[in-house]
This record gives sequence, structure tokens and C-alpha cells, in this order.
Amino acid sequence: MSYQAKFRVWRGDEQSGDLKDFTVEVNEGEVVLDIIHRLQATQASDLAVRWNCKAGKCGSCSAEINGRPRLLCMTRMSTFSEEETITVTPMRAFPVIRDLVTDVSFNYKKAREIPAFAPPKDLAPGEYRMAQVDVERSQEFRKCIECFLCQDTCHVVRDHEENKEAFAGPRFLMRVAELDMHPLDSLDRKNQAQEEFGLGMCNITKCCTEVCPEHIKITDNALIPMKERVVDRKYDPLVWLGSKISRRGQ
Amino acid sequence: MSDFEEHRYDVVIIGAGGAGLRAAIAAREAGLRTAIICKSLFGKAHTVMAEGGIAASMGNANSNDNWQVHYRDTMRGGKFLNNPRMAELHAKEAPDRVWELETYGALFDRTKEGKISQRNFGGHEYPRLAHVGDRTGLELIRTLQQKIVSLQQEDERETGSPDGKLRVFAELTVTELMQDSSGAIAGAFGYWRESGRFVVFRAPAVVLATGGIGKSFKVTSNSWEYTGDGHALALRAGSTLLNMEFVQFHPTGMVWPPSVKGILVTESVRGDGGVLRNSDGKRFMFNYVPDVFRKNYAETEEEADRWYTDPEHNKRPPELLPRDEVARAINSEVKAGRGTPHGGVFLDVSTRLPAEEIIRRLPSMHHQFKELADVDITAEPMEVGPTCHYVMGGVEVDPDSAAAARVPGLFAAGEVAGGMHGSNRLGGNSLSDLLVFGRRAGIGAADYVAGLKGEYPEFSDESLNAASQAALAPFDTENGENPYTLHQELQQTMNDLVGIIRKAEEIAEALNKLQVLKARAKVVSVEGHRQFNPGWHLALDLQNMIAVSECVAKAALIREESRGGHTRDDFPEMSNFWRQRNLICSQVEDEINVVEQPIPEIRDDLKRLFERDELSKYLTEAELPTLADGSAS
Repeated sequence: MSYQAKFRVWRGDEQSGDLKDFTVEVNEGEVVLDIIHRLQATQASDLAVRWNCKAGKCGSCSAEINGRPRLLCMTRMSTFSEEETITVTPMRAFPVIRDLVTDVSFNYKKAREIPAFAPPKDLAPGEYRMAQVDVERSQEFRKCIECFLCQDTCHVVRDHEENKEAFAGPRFLMRVAELDMHPLDSLDRKNQAQEEFGLGMCNITKCCTEVCPEHIKITDNALIPMKERVVDRKYDPLVWLGSKISRRGQ
Repeated sequence: MSDFEEHRYDVVIIGAGGAGLRAAIAAREAGLRTAIICKSLFGKAHTVMAEGGIAASMGNANSNDNWQVHYRDTMRGGKFLNNPRMAELHAKEAPDRVWELETYGALFDRTKEGKISQRNFGGHEYPRLAHVGDRTGLELIRTLQQKIVSLQQEDERETGSPDGKLRVFAELTVTELMQDSSGAIAGAFGYWRESGRFVVFRAPAVVLATGGIGKSFKVTSNSWEYTGDGHALALRAGSTLLNMEFVQFHPTGMVWPPSVKGILVTESVRGDGGVLRNSDGKRFMFNYVPDVFRKNYAETEEEADRWYTDPEHNKRPPELLPRDEVARAINSEVKAGRGTPHGGVFLDVSTRLPAEEIIRRLPSMHHQFKELADVDITAEPMEVGPTCHYVMGGVEVDPDSAAAARVPGLFAAGEVAGGMHGSNRLGGNSLSDLLVFGRRAGIGAADYVAGLKGEYPEFSDESLNAASQAALAPFDTENGENPYTLHQELQQTMNDLVGIIRKAEEIAEALNKLQVLKARAKVVSVEGHRQFNPGWHLALDLQNMIAVSECVAKAALIREESRGGHTRDDFPEMSNFWRQRNLICSQVEDEINVVEQPIPEIRDDLKRLFERDELSKYLTEAELPTLADGSAS
């Protein structure tokens, strides 16, 4: 059942690096992360890779396999032929630290910019009442394991470092949508998404949805509905008039 | 003085899972400058793996539930070796800790009335687990993570600095606790994974929230981080570990393919109707109901099946016995030759629920089996077997403040702390444990720090240099052994000789092997340099794993009975003698010592929560509460 596979793994640091060739044993049922671990244990003990749960639940082992953003632990070796050379490289949108490990601090910075959940002040703990159907929309987005593959693949930032300042990326635009759809959140988040987090830069090519290991419909269920609501508010004359009147009343 | 990066805090919290983050929130809210140290990225801690739910007697699904019922279930599950005060605090405070999560933004599944939905789980009398599908741990960790972020946002608004009062140090590993000459906590020493550079924390209080020890075993549901760091740090600092022989083997881990062997299959599969069958197609759990539980479990398949819709008038299915019972039963079936092709048993939900219902209730399991094993759980059974999941043993703590024994300024909460779960933990009681005792540890640390009135203990330069030298030792050894090889040998030893079923000769053999491994681990060498070097990290973790494994094995050899997560083939019964004793591990130099210590008294009012009949199965005549009418309730 086992065979010798050909692997090319990127090794290096922020200054320089290149692809190294390895020949390594593969057994039945294994995933790419198993092979990386075998390389560590037998050929390259200092090969750097991030991983935790090895069950697709923590989102640590993100990298690119043959150029496609994927979780190493959820990519089965049986999806490749035995002759194929498998190339493993770090996520391209983030600075390399070492080998397959990248600096993902951009994401934590963006997370901190989004205003937190703001429940009604008069609601005591234990008094929250929400219907299942109303929590389900946000629950879909809370399946996110923060692997940041959507951030990696999104062409707005993938090769455009300069856009990172103004654009939070699909993961965090989805976080805004999640809070906006939370039945008990009391903040108005529509303009935020557009004005502070760069929703307008997204042109719904759905690359993020395609790479999501949790199969969250990021574009269809989070980004497009947010865009629609922003548009409603900005250009719907009735909404515009209503907002002017209510503001005047305050 | 030194070239090390240095920080000053009031409290350093080691570990960023549920317990650590909840402790951090409590410490920060009490006004302490708080550092959170995570071994991996923020939000990736092992809590994320918890699937089934958080046990709390909110009574949303069955209004008969209350803290007393939860307390009883917890004590039964732990076979009365639980610290009774911890079990009491846990049962009383769990509902508030869950409701509080909603104020942080958590979105649990709902009942028809819009309350938090609660599901059935092994050992819990009523549906009690607040849940989000089968990804409750992810919801918990993300919610706490987002609460931390919101506190940082508040600080930023007030002070201009988001992490002035509460800072997360991600991908940093602590290798040593720093103490003053009297032994009081004075700080912590560690390294950044990314750069390999050393970091020194000066702080009068440390909360250990480092989780478990599963990586010492070959087949485990635990991630790479679970190397017993907190247990070993506490030992080296002079604190004590309690009842380390109790290790929970979760009955249902994946058994195939080999590379995923051990990955957890949530107990919710059984809570929601899944059944266990052997290769003859028989629901074998009916043959394994022990006497102490016979009254509460169904005797026929018909009754067991009726229970799902009418729990008032039927007894529960034996698939929902506590985990230790189910794990042993599966082990016995496989040993008797009634296992599956890959050495497990069948867990089937496909013939019990419609496909769409399975996908709605168990989405992660559906996904996990589809992607990793090519198995569609809506159409065919899963193959499952026991996997090392949780350690009930841990740092000996004060129940109310979470203060660790013998070391002023040291606190412990969550899996790294011992006592709460006795000899066996019920599913769902872990997440609630993290929240209840995480918060208490944060408050405990704040009270301790306030008592110091600004006079913080200091450590010496010598101890700092010693910590740095110890961490660099693997680079100084030339032609030493490969740490990966040693780790594999350790895992194999613990799995084969101190695993789910134990006997004296095998444990003794394990102890011999551990002595050899301990010596070999001192002369491992690592290649490359300090920057993100997994070989080096493993070399350091290995010392912790070996120390903790020695505690497990030594205590397992001494406890001559079978109870919960400790099964001795040569002593198959529970013993009253041993129920009255805790085993306490300490470390002097390199030696692990284990001594007996009487268990804490159970208060009479807590004893009276049980029927006298049931109590007499566990307690001696002299321990039974005295009541004129002879009944305990």
C-alpha cells in the first residue's frame, strides 16, 4: 500500500528561500500533513510548519498545495496520483517567517478593528431569547475556523500589499455581516462595512467561498447581502429621506 | 541586567484555551495587568476540539434539572472521588457562566421558546448540554477570544493602547516558573516559537491553564500542545499533582485510516440516537451495565429506544453510560473477537435518524468522516474505538480560589487542575469546568496580588541563567538522539503498558522504560537554529511528557483497584480502602514521589442529596449521614 512520493517543499525565511526536493514514504489513508511530519521525523527535523488539531477544526495548518490554498490536514494523499510531484508552499498573501509558517498578524489586527458585539443594555444574562431560524444565519459564519485561506486567496490583497490597509478581507467582512445579522446586536454596521472595512473593493469573484474548508458561503450569504443593504441605504431615495428625517428628530 | 526581552505584569496566564481566557477576563476585570501566553496562535487552543456541549443545569429542556441533580451526576460519574466542594461550585455556577457567554456574543442552538437548547449526554440525568451543533468548543473559544478583543478595545478607547492592560503573547512557550528564595512565584521564563528568543516575565501570580497530557499516548484525541507542560511546571516549582492515574479514554475515536486514529467522534452521536454494535450486529452495551448504574439504564432495546421520545417513563440506553464504562466495554468486545475489520466497533446513526437530521445535528462528524475516511455517516456505520482523551488528575488546588498547593502565587484551572472530576469526567463537564474555575482562578490571583500590597517577590539572576541554559541544552549536545524517536517510544510505552487496561507487571515494565527514556532525553540533540524549530520544541516538551508519564505510571501501580479512568486487570473491583485516599505526586530533583493522602470530607448536606441506598454502594457505614428515619434524602 505504501509508495515513495515526490515532494517539493518551500524552505527559507523572510530573506530568501527555494523549493527543496524530497522523496518520502506515503501510506494508505494519509494526508499531506502526515507526510510533512514524516519529513520532520526522518529528513528535516527543523522543517517549520504550524498545526494543532489535525482534524480540520483549528485552522492552523494553512498552506498552498500545488498553488491552491488548503489545510494540510484535510488534503488526502489519495487525491494525487503516485507519480505526481506535490509542491507545498507557504500562504502567499502573508510574509514568510520560516518554511511553511507565515506571519498572519494582519488578521488579528483587522479583528481588533471591528466593534464588538453590543447587546441591549437592559437585557440581563439568562434573559436572551432568540429563535433558531434567526440565529442560523450568523451561526453559519461562526463556523469559521480562522484558517485565513480566504484572506490568502482574495485577489484584492493577494498580490496587492497596498490594499491591506483599507480592506479587511472576506473573513472580517463576514464577521461584520455576522454581527449585523445577530438578532440582538444593537449597532448599525452597514456603513462600517463599506466605509471602514472596504466592502466596496470586493467584486464577488467567490474565490474565498471556493477555498473555505468549512464550506461557508462567504460571498453569497455574507458579502452580497451586506452589499445589497449598503446599496439600499445609499441610493434608495425613501431610505435616504427616512434617515434624514429621523436624524433631524434626534 | 540581562539581554532577555522582559515584561512586568500582575498576573501571567499560561494557556489560552477556555480556562486561560476566562481567567484572563476575570483578572483584567479585577484590575490586574494581565498577560495571556498561548503556545500556538490565539484562538487555536485545544478547547476548539470540544464538540458536544457545556453542561449546565439551566433546566431549559427539562425543568426538573437543577444544580443538585447535576452535582449527583458528577459525583456518580467520578465514582465519588471528586473533590466535593469543586463539584458543588461547578454545578452551582455553570448556568451563570453559560448565560454570560451570550452577553459576549455566543450563539447557541435554541429551543422553541428561544432559550438555549440542551442535549442529552452520557451520565447526565436530563438534557443538559448547551451546544452549537457539534462544534461547541469552537463557539466557546471564539466567544472568549472576541471578549478579550472587546476588553482591549475598551482599553484602547480609555488609554490609547489596546494591550496595555491585557496582552496576548501568541506562539510563546513557557519552560520554567520563576520563584523567589522562599518559593513564592516571581515570574515565568519562555521562548518565542517564531524567533527562538527568550522572554522573561516578572509577575507575582501565575495561572496554569495548559490543558492535558494526551501526547504521551500513541492513540489520542489531543493535539501537539498537550504535553503536560503545566503539570510539569507545577511539579518543578514544588507543587503537587493529585490522582494522576486517572486518564480518560474516550470510547469513540476514529480507528481508520491509521493517520487519523484517535481523532474524536463526539458523544453527541450517541446522545442523539446513535448505537454501538459489534461485528455480530448486536447492541452489546446491554451486557455491560454495572450494578451501581443498573437502576437508571434500560434492559431492552425497545425501552432504550422509547427513552429518546419519552424519557419520563423509560430508562436511558446503556450507550449513554459514563465514558469509562463504554470504553471498557468496547475494549472487551474487540478482545473477544467481535470487533470491526479495523479493530473497533460500529457506531451507527445512519439507521436511526434521517440523513438531513444527521447533517443538521452532527455537521462536523459528517464532514470529518467524509473527508478523512470516505465514510458517509448518513448511509453507513462508523468504526470507532477508545482514544486517550483527558486527564482527570492534575495540580492539587484549593477549590474556591484555584490556588495550587505549596506554592504561593501559583493557580491552576481547567484540565491541568485535579480533583473536580474524581476518577472519571462526564462529557460536557469539561467546558463548564473551564469557565467556572477559570473565572475563580482569575479572581483568586487578583485577591492574592492585592494581599501583597505592591511587594512583589523577585527571582535571582542565577535562576534566570539556569532557565536559559536548560532551554538551550539540546543545542549543546552533539550526536545525541533524535527527539522524535524518543517521543514515539514514549507514546508506544504508555499506550501498551499504562493504557486503558493495566496490570502490575506491565506498569512496572513501563516504569523501567521511563527511567531509561528519562536518561536518554537529557542527551537529545537538535539540528538547525532557534527560529521556529519544531525539533527543539519537542526536545523541551519531551522532558515534561516523561515527568508526567512517570506520575501516571507510579500512581497507577500504587492504586490497587479499578475505578473510573483507572482499570487494573489484577484488581478489577472498586475498593473502599482506595476510595478514601488520594495519591499525591511531588518531585524532588529528578525523582517523582507518590504518597497517600485522605480524601476531603463530603459535607452532610451534600451527602443527603443522595438516597441512602446509593450512597452505601460507595461509602462505608461510618461515612453515611445519620438520620433518624434512615433515609438520606
